[in-house]
Amino acid sequence: MTKEAGIIGYGAYIPMYRIKASEIGKIWGNHNGHLPVMEKAVAGIDEDLVTISVEAAKYAIRRAKIDPKEIGAVYIGTESKPYAVKPSGTIVAEAIGATPLVVTADFEFACKAGTEAFQACIDHVLSGRIKYAMAIGADTAQGRPGDQLEYTAASGGAAFIFTKKSDKTLAYCEGAVSFVTDTPDFWRRAHEHYPMHAERFTGEPAYFHHIISSVKTLMENMGLRPSDFKYAVFHQPNAKFPVKVAKKLGFTMDQIKPGLLSPEIGNCYAGSSLVGFAATLDVANPGDRILLASYGSGAGSDAFSFVVQDIILEKRNPIPSVRSLIKVRRYIDYSIYVKFRGKIRA
Amino acid sequence: MRKVAVIAIGYTKIKEHWNLSIRDLFTEAAITALNEAAIDRVDALYVGNMASGYCQHQEHLGALMADYMGLKSPPAVKIEAADASGGMALREGFQAVASGLHDFVVVGGVEKMSDVLTSDVTYAIAMGADQEYEAFIGATFAALSAMVKRIYQHKYHVSDELIATLPVHCHEMASKNPYAQYPFKITVEQVLSSPFVAEPLRLLECSSPGDGAAILILCPLEKARNFTDTPVEIAGVGAATDTIALYQRDDLTTFKAIIEAANMAYKMARVEPGEVDVAEIHDSFSITGIISLEDLGFFEKGEAAKAIYEGEVAPGGKIAVNTFGGLKARGHPAGATGIYQAVEIVKQLRGEAGKNQVDGAEIGLTQNVGGVGGTAIVHIFRRLR
Repeated sequence: MTKEAGIIGYGAYIPMYRIKASEIGKIWGNHNGHLPVMEKAVAGIDEDLVTISVEAAKYAIRRAKIDPKEIGAVYIGTESKPYAVKPSGTIVAEAIGATPLVVTADFEFACKAGTEAFQACIDHVLSGRIKYAMAIGADTAQGRPGDQLEYTAASGGAAFIFTKKSDKTLAYCEGAVSFVTDTPDFWRRAHEHYPMHAERFTGEPAYFHHIISSVKTLMENMGLRPSDFKYAVFHQPNAKFPVKVAKKLGFTMDQIKPGLLSPEIGNCYAGSSLVGFAATLDVANPGDRILLASYGSGAGSDAFSFVVQDIILEKRNPIPSVRSLIKVRRYIDYSIYVKFRGKIRA
Repeated sequence: MRKVAVIAIGYTKIKEHWNLSIRDLFTEAAITALNEAAIDRVDALYVGNMASGYCQHQEHLGALMADYMGLKSPPAVKIEAADASGGMALREGFQAVASGLHDFVVVGGVEKMSDVLTSDVTYAIAMGADQEYEAFIGATFAALSAMVKRIYQHKYHVSDELIATLPVHCHEMASKNPYAQYPFKITVEQVLSSPFVAEPLRLLECSSPGDGAAILILCPLEKARNFTDTPVEIAGVGAATDTIALYQRDDLTTFKAIIEAANMAYKMARVEPGEVDVAEIHDSFSITGIISLEDLGFFEKGEAAKAIYEGEVAPGGKIAVNTFGGLKARGHPAGATGIYQAVEIVKQLRGEAGKNQVDGAEIGLTQNVGGVGGTAIVHIFRRLR
């Protein structure tokens, strides 16, 4: 019996609306200051976590070429649940045709909820109880008007279907580590619309400490060095952090470039590192090793080592690549943005 | 009055110490100093701190630090005078030894500002201004100092480029200081292209919050040689206050409290400004540092920035200033700053200042300011042969 889980299909979805960071800066008097990203993706008036998840999941199923009835688990990692109480997973599972013999749940761990779902799906399929398990990381992230997070809090997500490693899987997981401490750097209390954050505390003791710890532990456990990886994908809260953490860990710009999307789409939270991972799979070749390291406030980081398999070359078309999805964009101004994001309340 | 000497020092690196609490910082620095001095008792403890009540909801630092240092119930008290708290704590310790009340005194300064958000730090610091007439209506220290800079430039026609030379100099010094918060060089162009904090003050002209603790151990000069081969005498002390609110002052381009404190210290030490070899001055903002250099008597009014540009404050110049980076680049953990300054002068006079050592330094000066000149305190140190 194989001891490894593989990915048989994946898909991503980025809403087409964009707002430029300079447009947000104009509203709040930041005319020439530092902007954390160039622009961010914004969910349209008829989009939410569920529609984004369904779009990504449908691409994943098409790529996997499987019967959705055989998907035995649908887990959604998010902090943008349309309902406080009522699973989003049921809506998605129903929409993709996976119901009724399916286990679903919504996972919450800030921006690493999607990779939490990875961990569960990997163990599900390895146990042999479930053939295909789907992990989704997606968000329509909330940023308080005027807050620093408003420049980056974006919409988007990606879905991955796991099964036991075989010649049909396009990449397999050869190792995973989860590194978690109680570090309250970012949170949203019940009944609040917008999260709070602890400014610079979200940097060194939170993002950097956890990612560096998870990745170093993974590499130590597996006897790997940064140069053993063809690509690396880190959680992308802004344009700067993933570049800095890569440098600190000894990874190069060439390794992170294919998956570095935050300058163009912002931070789609639980979807952030997963969309970057999907974009990296879009260009990876058989045999390439890919590091994936998420970060979730509160705080923790999941690090994975994936190895790309031969069949990936046959699984590219006709599913649109993440880069081609990003190219479809319509710019909106701040007034349309606040309407789309429900920031106007009577 | 007995003569007083510094026999040991201790300090932490200045940075955002996410993993150390305010008591951890203080005890870490204190243990270093106590190990160096090898004294068998501490007669009194003075803790300089500005904002623990606001930032940690912790007062009563005297008892707290004595407890965590493992001292045997000495009298201990927190001294607060905005960001001159450290300097004023040193003065208390000096008085206790000079008067004969105590022999072995630990004087420290500590500040932990990363426990709260930037807006809270800003407000905590603004509490050192006049709450009813300044802070309450939204004037931060940066805003008040910006007004000072504007008036100074108007009166003396000193350009932004020249004033920017002080932070550039401080960063140059800090680049060789292993415990500095910002140990890297900057250029005048970088200063002038950094965003405004409060016009005309730009980001790279302003000191910023940091965490740190520094310690001095004092004893009577006559006993100092029992504990160290390199005691440093505290030869002069002067402290003064001014109106706390700026609107009540006749002239914002000079700080009366600095002039009075300096004159007192010079007189006690029998030293002229021109005899000082090395000085650590209070550059909380570029303009504060410029005015300090003039009010301390090192340069004529309106001339300090030009002197910095001409290299007169670099080691080897007329007077070496902020050789560890000053508030701007070594860092400004408010209530600890006055003690860091003293630690740095002691290192210079001992010949332990590393790459920024001022050759043959005999006389050093520290100048610590609370608020925008509401309190000023000057100490003069002398190397003992």
